[in-house]
Amino acid sequence: MSAKISSEWLNSCSGCEISIIDMGERLLEALALIEFVHLPALIDHKYYGQLGDQQHLHLPEADVGIVSGGIRNTEHLEVAQEMRRQCKVIIALGTCATHGGIPALCNSFTNEEIVTTYYSTSTTDKPDAIPAQGIPALLERCFALDEHIKVDIYLPGCPPHSDQIFGALLALLKGQTPELPTKSVCDQCPSVRTGKGQVKALKRFLHAPEYLVPDEPLERMRCLLEQGFLCMGPVTRGGCAGNGPTPRCISARVPCRGCYGPVKADGNQMLDMLNALASNGIDIQSLPEKESLLRFSGAHGLLRPGR
Amino acid sequence: MTQTIHIAPITRIEGHASIAIHLDAEGNVADTQFHTMSLRGFEKFIQGKPAEEIPRIVSRICGICPWHHHMASNKAVDRCFGVEPPPAGRKLRELMQIVSHAEDKLLNFFFLAAADFVIGPESDYAVRNIVGIAKANPELATKVVRMRQMAKMILEKFAGKAIHPVAGVAGGFSKPMLESDRVEILAKMREILDFALFTIEFAKTQVFPPYLETIKTLGAITTGFIGTVDDQGAMNLYDGKIRIMKPDGSHTDFDAQDYADYIGEHVFSHSYAKIPYARFWNEGICLDVDAPKGIYRANCLARINVADKMATPRAQAELEEFRSLFGRPAQGTMLYHWARLIEEVYACERAIELLEDPSITNPLVRNEAEPKAGRGVGCVEAPRGTLIHDYTTDKNGLITKANLIVGSTHNIGPINMSVHQAARNLIKNGHVDQGILNKVEMAVRAYDP
Repeated sequence: MSAKISSEWLNSCSGCEISIIDMGERLLEALALIEFVHLPALIDHKYYGQLGDQQHLHLPEADVGIVSGGIRNTEHLEVAQEMRRQCKVIIALGTCATHGGIPALCNSFTNEEIVTTYYSTSTTDKPDAIPAQGIPALLERCFALDEHIKVDIYLPGCPPHSDQIFGALLALLKGQTPELPTKSVCDQCPSVRTGKGQVKALKRFLHAPEYLVPDEPLERMRCLLEQGFLCMGPVTRGGCAGNGPTPRCISARVPCRGCYGPVKADGNQMLDMLNALASNGIDIQSLPEKESLLRFSGAHGLLRPGR
Repeated sequence: MTQTIHIAPITRIEGHASIAIHLDAEGNVADTQFHTMSLRGFEKFIQGKPAEEIPRIVSRICGICPWHHHMASNKAVDRCFGVEPPPAGRKLRELMQIVSHAEDKLLNFFFLAAADFVIGPESDYAVRNIVGIAKANPELATKVVRMRQMAKMILEKFAGKAIHPVAGVAGGFSKPMLESDRVEILAKMREILDFALFTIEFAKTQVFPPYLETIKTLGAITTGFIGTVDDQGAMNLYDGKIRIMKPDGSHTDFDAQDYADYIGEHVFSHSYAKIPYARFWNEGICLDVDAPKGIYRANCLARINVADKMATPRAQAELEEFRSLFGRPAQGTMLYHWARLIEEVYACERAIELLEDPSITNPLVRNEAEPKAGRGVGCVEAPRGTLIHDYTTDKNGLITKANLIVGSTHNIGPINMSVHQAARNLIKNGHVDQGILNKVEMAVRAYDP
């Protein structure tokens, strides 16, 4: 008998679902072992019955519930709670679900500030009222999933690599707990570190890093942080390359921005990074602003208005 | 007695939306609403952040079309800082964006849309999906998955990250293309072009014919259109002038920097997302199916309508055939599916053109940028429509103001109208079934919102 899987997306961008599809032919093979009972991106199952005539939101029972996105409005909350009721195991898929992700940058502002800005841009006609008819109300901020429901498995990443999603599903089908990377991006980065550097201040990423020839392997490129660029590798959970060897952004010769969230699930990427910089003698005042150090992990009360 | 039918969530689309259909006492459609469910506030929370970081943040507006947000944002930042990419940097940006188009259209057609036609609009919902297609035609499904994956992995292998890209950087592109990359990607794009040509032939001969009546009538409305064209009036997905066409075919071209003189956005009480309209037509905005005002449509059908021609030969041949059947501008909403496959051919041909030019491997791909005060509008054609990012920076190059008009939002007004048209024609005297409700959703799916 195949395992029943239910999948929902909340305050999200669909990137996690595309990463599921990026399993490619492995997804077709997996379909022999799993059955999707609810998956709005691909399957026509509805909340209020197939005729849209039920009063209450209802989701089917499933062995595994996959939830991407944080919780930002009343419908997200209702869906998350119903998923929890109906699914034996809940996977928080992606950094929005595990730590708030990019949308949790909104937590630095009040809802009023957000709404006022959006409805008063240069091209917007002055509204009679803020929309509220038939659409879910915003909650006071953007929450990670576990601020509202119990989460069994955390699969961070923006998006999580399809290799990891596939690996996690496979493990669950075998009745095992998925094993996830616990090291940092730096631990997996092949670039050259020489130890305490000469860098005293950070540069913004406004010109190309140094490497000698276009086909110079990454193994010979000097660490981007030691070149003076902010790189979040030291304080970010590794594994972004899936089964591949090289962190994804580094392979494009671009510094890490922290999309897998903190190395330890309850870590604070901002504090950890500021500590890392300070202990290397780098002036933290050279950062143009600091809030972006929490750009992927601003839920759990870490980003707040007026701070 | 009155009744409200909730189609929630709308499925096999790329975002979060629902439909409410209100029936009157006789069971006929009194009113309908297409609800967009989320408001995230990017315009606010990118304020105060360094502009060169924004292309890596706004990509999260959409995980399906992150390359387009990434590129529109890069173009806007370049303009704020007064820097331009070197020729090879520009070519690599366009190449990545166009490969992303090629991947997206295969995803839409086979994974989201095709089930309505191949399995059938009134079939059991449990099999009306890509899984159903895979079981009914495993050989085709394997080929589809392999081809889409090939396009996607071009992006990941060359640019590091395919979902939420990072390789577009202030002043250009983050890494040069090696000759070995060029040869490998060119061979793959030729294979994907063959599959694109197979797909459009397959659609024209086997998918669309049983549904020609549906294609002409379901969700059909009469509107204007928006798209981007080059100096010769040919469709361009990366750069050019914005063209807005009236329903009668007359049109106005303008520079993307001036978009705010032409486009307005109106706030409706049932939708978080604002609804853009052609403010410069000076007729206001009205979503009445029978007498709309200010309404134009975006995305593939709009682009091939506004374009005088296609810039590549196979796509041009397809456009000529399409126009001989449906005229210009073609208004049928279901024709989006057909237009999307014409664009797929163009995207593959254009990628091949870029790759056949050996100058794409020039190692100079990035110019140095300097933070400064400025304003810049970056515009590209995203799969779902004309995408506009407008930033203002302070002297430190931090964002002070942003306005974003996201491709899919141009079509929210038209989708409201198509939903109403479909529901009104299909639901009579209280008779509703699953097939009818799916057809109402098909009127939405055509727009691929």
